[in-house]
Amino acid sequence: MHLLHKGVNVSFSRRNKTAGIAAGAAVFALTLAACSGGGDTDTSASGSTDGGSGDEPVTLTLATFNQFGYSGSSEGGDYMYDLVAEYEELHPNVTITYNVADTSNTARENFFTKLGPGGLADVEAIELDWLPEAMQYSDLLADLTDPATDGNWLDWKSAAATDADGRLIGYGTDIGPEAICYNVDAFEAAGLPTDPAEVAAALDGGWDKFFELGQQYTDATGKGFYEENAAVLQGMIGQIEAPYEDPETDEIIALDNPEIKAMYDQITAASEAGVSAGLGQWGDDWAAGMANGDFAAVLCPAWFLGVIEGNAPDGNWNIANAFPNGGGNWGGSYLTVPAGGDNVEAAKEFAAWLTAPEQQAKAFENVGAFPSSPEAAASDAVQSYTRAYFNDAPAGEIYTERAAAVSVTPYKGPNYFNVNDAMVNALRRVDEGIMSPEESWAQFEADVQSIG
Amino acid sequence: MTTTQQKPSVEPPPGKNRPHPPLTWRQRLGRLDVKLSPYLYIAPFWIVFALVGLFPIIYTAVIAFQDWDLVRNTGEFTGWDNFAYVVQDREFWLSLRNTFSIFLLSSVPQVIVATIIAAMLDKNIRAKTFWRMGVLLPYVVAPVAVALIFSNMFGDRYGLVNSVLNDIGLSSIAWHVDVIPSHIAIATMVNFRWTGYNALILLAAMQAIPRDLYEAAAIDGAGTFRRFFSVTLPQIRPTMIFVIITSTIGGLQIFDEPRMYDTNGQGGSNHQWETITLYLYKTGWGEFNFGRAAAIAWILFLIIVAIGMLNFAVTQRLIATDSVARKTKKSRTASKAKHIKKEVGK
Repeated sequence: MHLLHKGVNVSFSRRNKTAGIAAGAAVFALTLAACSGGGDTDTSASGSTDGGSGDEPVTLTLATFNQFGYSGSSEGGDYMYDLVAEYEELHPNVTITYNVADTSNTARENFFTKLGPGGLADVEAIELDWLPEAMQYSDLLADLTDPATDGNWLDWKSAAATDADGRLIGYGTDIGPEAICYNVDAFEAAGLPTDPAEVAAALDGGWDKFFELGQQYTDATGKGFYEENAAVLQGMIGQIEAPYEDPETDEIIALDNPEIKAMYDQITAASEAGVSAGLGQWGDDWAAGMANGDFAAVLCPAWFLGVIEGNAPDGNWNIANAFPNGGGNWGGSYLTVPAGGDNVEAAKEFAAWLTAPEQQAKAFENVGAFPSSPEAAASDAVQSYTRAYFNDAPAGEIYTERAAAVSVTPYKGPNYFNVNDAMVNALRRVDEGIMSPEESWAQFEADVQSIG
Repeated sequence: MTTTQQKPSVEPPPGKNRPHPPLTWRQRLGRLDVKLSPYLYIAPFWIVFALVGLFPIIYTAVIAFQDWDLVRNTGEFTGWDNFAYVVQDREFWLSLRNTFSIFLLSSVPQVIVATIIAAMLDKNIRAKTFWRMGVLLPYVVAPVAVALIFSNMFGDRYGLVNSVLNDIGLSSIAWHVDVIPSHIAIATMVNFRWTGYNALILLAAMQAIPRDLYEAAAIDGAGTFRRFFSVTLPQIRPTMIFVIITSTIGGLQIFDEPRMYDTNGQGGSNHQWETITLYLYKTGWGEFNFGRAAAIAWILFLIIVAIGMLNFAVTQRLIATDSVARKTKKSRTASKAKHIKKEVGK
């Protein structure tokens, strides 16, 4: 429990964009990060097991953010394993300097400022949220394709980091497979099933099942079922192959894509019927609403469990091993190797080692970063993992299955985030009651047309 | 004329009017010192300014005319496209509206309240230093912390302000949905932080007012309010102008508060509280469109320059009328004095 709770910080992806701001509040954390920057562990190692990378002394730099579970001394945690020290022990000629940025937003700005002119670390972590931006510059990142590491990751995880020329630019670290978490007491009060298996059965099918269940709940209690429209959008948009842009030409097709309009209509119809609680994710009202039972169900990636626990410490929640319309992923990261670095080969080897199944399993034990490697997910540490707060739900098993259920890697071109932001705003305007669904769609059309 | 022409022919008497002997090395150095030193002393500022101020401003102008790729550090010249896009963008005009609205809602009450607080502190009160330090305390709090606290207080559903409103029988206000309430909430954060600071500056100006002016006014029968409006206010006018200019510049650049007002930091679903600096940041770091962001930066720069010049013009006018008034008074008193002297002399 302790582990996964920490895992909250590992991959907060979407939250980070937003919470980058909130965390920007912790300006002091900057100083902390700066302090931990000098966390290069000295190698006075004993056993000299050469990794086959030559004997010349090499200094590698590694840059991540939040907590990847690699080294407790740099990331500021009490970890079971120190992977950085372990690598140095295995490779006596390698010295590693490990820098940890306080937020993913800080890391993002740093990454793109230095990607062209140089000055990045040898191994740089990037988050799924800004992966599409990094893909625009895939030629500046080393091709990590390697038959030896093939099959280390889930297909969809690597597919998202493979560019049009077939170059793999990032090794997967953690992922955020989604299940549905629900408030047991609230479900009971509404006369809905409370047993996880029954809830999963009720959700088995498409999104209409989800909204149907929500309507039942709202009719019975008069309260919202899910947090806000944009939260549901996150799950639905990840299941559309080419949501906003044409994968061939990058032309914006959001307005002509019938799937988008259908999705919009489905969500706004639900929110007009009161199924949405209209509480913007990560806001103060939202956090309070989680404890006060203002909504009953959330799309729930592995790292989200700690968020629920933190916001509703006295709550009674459970995890249903189901996700509407198949699977979904929210968040996760990659390790990249900037092509302009001095030690590209050594860095590749290091990045491959850090993301190999054994190390991913250790990172999971360190901070609960859910592994993107099926082999690591099959490990005992993951499979035997349960979560006391969620009525002892077998979280490890559930999320392994949820990860396997993900089948779609949506295409995200250069304008993905601009269009998606416009969509989020469109859905929020309906949630907030500023505009009717039709008015808000018209505004969305105008917003999208002005992009470019 | 003729004498001057003759002069050179006349042999100057020895020891007198001899042309200066060539300056010694020391003297030259001394001269150089007098002439150059002042420039040397201000050089550090100008060098630093050129590096971190002037160069970025010019470079931004260069980027503003290009479709700029930050990562590859290359751009394609696009002429006025970026500017044209910005001035046609609905978001730009909304953010301009928001900026001015928040600026007015913060600066105007701020200056008024600061003046009143300063006037209070200028009175003979117990534990003066305590009160004076007290008003400065909010200024010490980091803006981000202020924003966090206030955005929580102004929560739509569970915020403190709305609970109080409900308790006294009023309905909740949608602080994060409606335009004007969101501006009021953000202006409150700004006012919380800056009112005390401005009050202290105005207080310093008030303390510099000669006390005999008040005594004279009191003898003439002016009450407290009359003394405030006819003595205090005119006397602190230059400081007041300084306070207004600084709060104008600060108000037009407001960023932290609207960015921290909700967890998304995007200025609201319908740009309700998106300010121009937030728009600039979103365009640059959000959309990675640095050419357009540079254009916005330049437009903001021009707006601030325009308002600064307006401020300057108004200030000049005020000072001019002020000095004219003083001069006429002075000359009048002077002539009076002469008149009296004459009378006495008679």
